[in-house]
Amino acid sequence: MPGANYRRPRDDIHPPLDFPGYRGTSLRHPRQPLVIVPQTISELTGPVYGHASVTDGDRDLTNRGRGEPIGERIIVEGRVIDEDGRPVRDSLVELWQANAAGRYAHRVDRHDAPLDPNFTGAGRAMTDAEGNYRFLTIKPGAYPWLNHSNAWRPAHIHFSLWGPSFLTRLVTQMYFPGDPLLALDPIYNSVPDPRGRERLIANFDLSLTEPERALGYRFDIVLRGRHATPMEARHG
Amino acid sequence: MAELTPFQTVGPFFAICLGESGCARVATEHAIGRRITIDGTVSDGAGAAIPDALVEIWQANAAGRYAHPDDHQAKPLDPNFTGYGRAPTDDEGRFSIETIMPGRVPGPGDSLQAPHLVLGILARGILTRLVTRVYFDGEPSNADDAILALVPADRRATLLARRAGDDAYELDLVLQGHNETVFFDV
Ligand SMILES: [Fe+2]
Repeated sequence: MPGANYRRPRDDIHPPLDFPGYRGTSLRHPRQPLVIVPQTISELTGPVYGHASVTDGDRDLTNRGRGEPIGERIIVEGRVIDEDGRPVRDSLVELWQANAAGRYAHRVDRHDAPLDPNFTGAGRAMTDAEGNYRFLTIKPGAYPWLNHSNAWRPAHIHFSLWGPSFLTRLVTQMYFPGDPLLALDPIYNSVPDPRGRERLIANFDLSLTEPERALGYRFDIVLRGRHATPMEARHG
Repeated sequence: MAELTPFQTVGPFFAICLGESGCARVATEHAIGRRITIDGTVSDGAGAAIPDALVEIWQANAAGRYAHPDDHQAKPLDPNFTGYGRAPTDDEGRFSIETIMPGRVPGPGDSLQAPHLVLGILARGILTRLVTRVYFDGEPSNADDAILALVPADRRATLLARRAGDDAYELDLVLQGHNETVFFDV
């Protein structure tokens, strides 16, 4: 076995698969219980990305068109660590988001808000040796959805990370502080632990802003960590 | 200890198929091994196709070695094989994976696992990633696989890709209901 096993998350960390407030889960959650299995070499390894394929330009979402996208420029910066505080280095971070009007440059987004020819809304970056990443983008707008009457998603940026193994995979959403839509959003509120929900909200950070250019937000991300010493699988 | 960042749904508008990290074939034309195609479907509890899912797979190469620094086995790496692929479903809920038959890798204790892929499903309506495995129907070593042995016998067939031709397999990922795919807590 390649090293120590990963800790299993507490029950209140991740959203439940069946969450009635989010209608989309009703037919898309398994009714049978998950089968608990040991971690093997198949899960303790995972995709490795080369630096070569990710360029510095990929983390600037404002440089994709002939002109600048409309909206409020923001810097989103953060550190990716594991549960033990160790940096997750040389790891791929991908993000995607709506434009300032709340519209995705995506074929199935039918929201009647303008597309921005200068904004694709997708970017990616590698973490550095300390686990840090940084994006320049524009602040996404809120958008309506059909979950319930007058439903609106709070402004958010989708994040996707792999970390070092199949088990550290994380797909999440970053929200903005003080958004009144957060209290009404079933996806945000599907996270059982209120402190967990707070970890999905970026911190406004004046020290990250570029004067006369862009406001700064900090969004740190924590991936699964391993037990201190290699051990035989508990469920083996 | 730092507290984990919670999962959130990938939503319907994902755009994570960029460049080399994108939805490429798992096996390029130079990869070593037996070339196989897995044609799959993803469906929901009403039997309806799921047209907005993202299927991600990870597997060993033909020799049974993972292209990962923590795999220290004395088996050859294949420079033309990463073992990773992701495929979005189309409007009919279908996806296709072109890869090679994985070799056997070590399992719990001294066991060897049967050839398999680990597979994750992300989609709108899935708040936390669903994880399963794909085994191959007719593979004799399935009988000795320690993970398959933990699955109730009457549900094991949901993890088997069906043979649809010499090197073609079919797989139905059913998120809920009749013939519901077995999902794992790993
Ligand atoms: Fe979204």
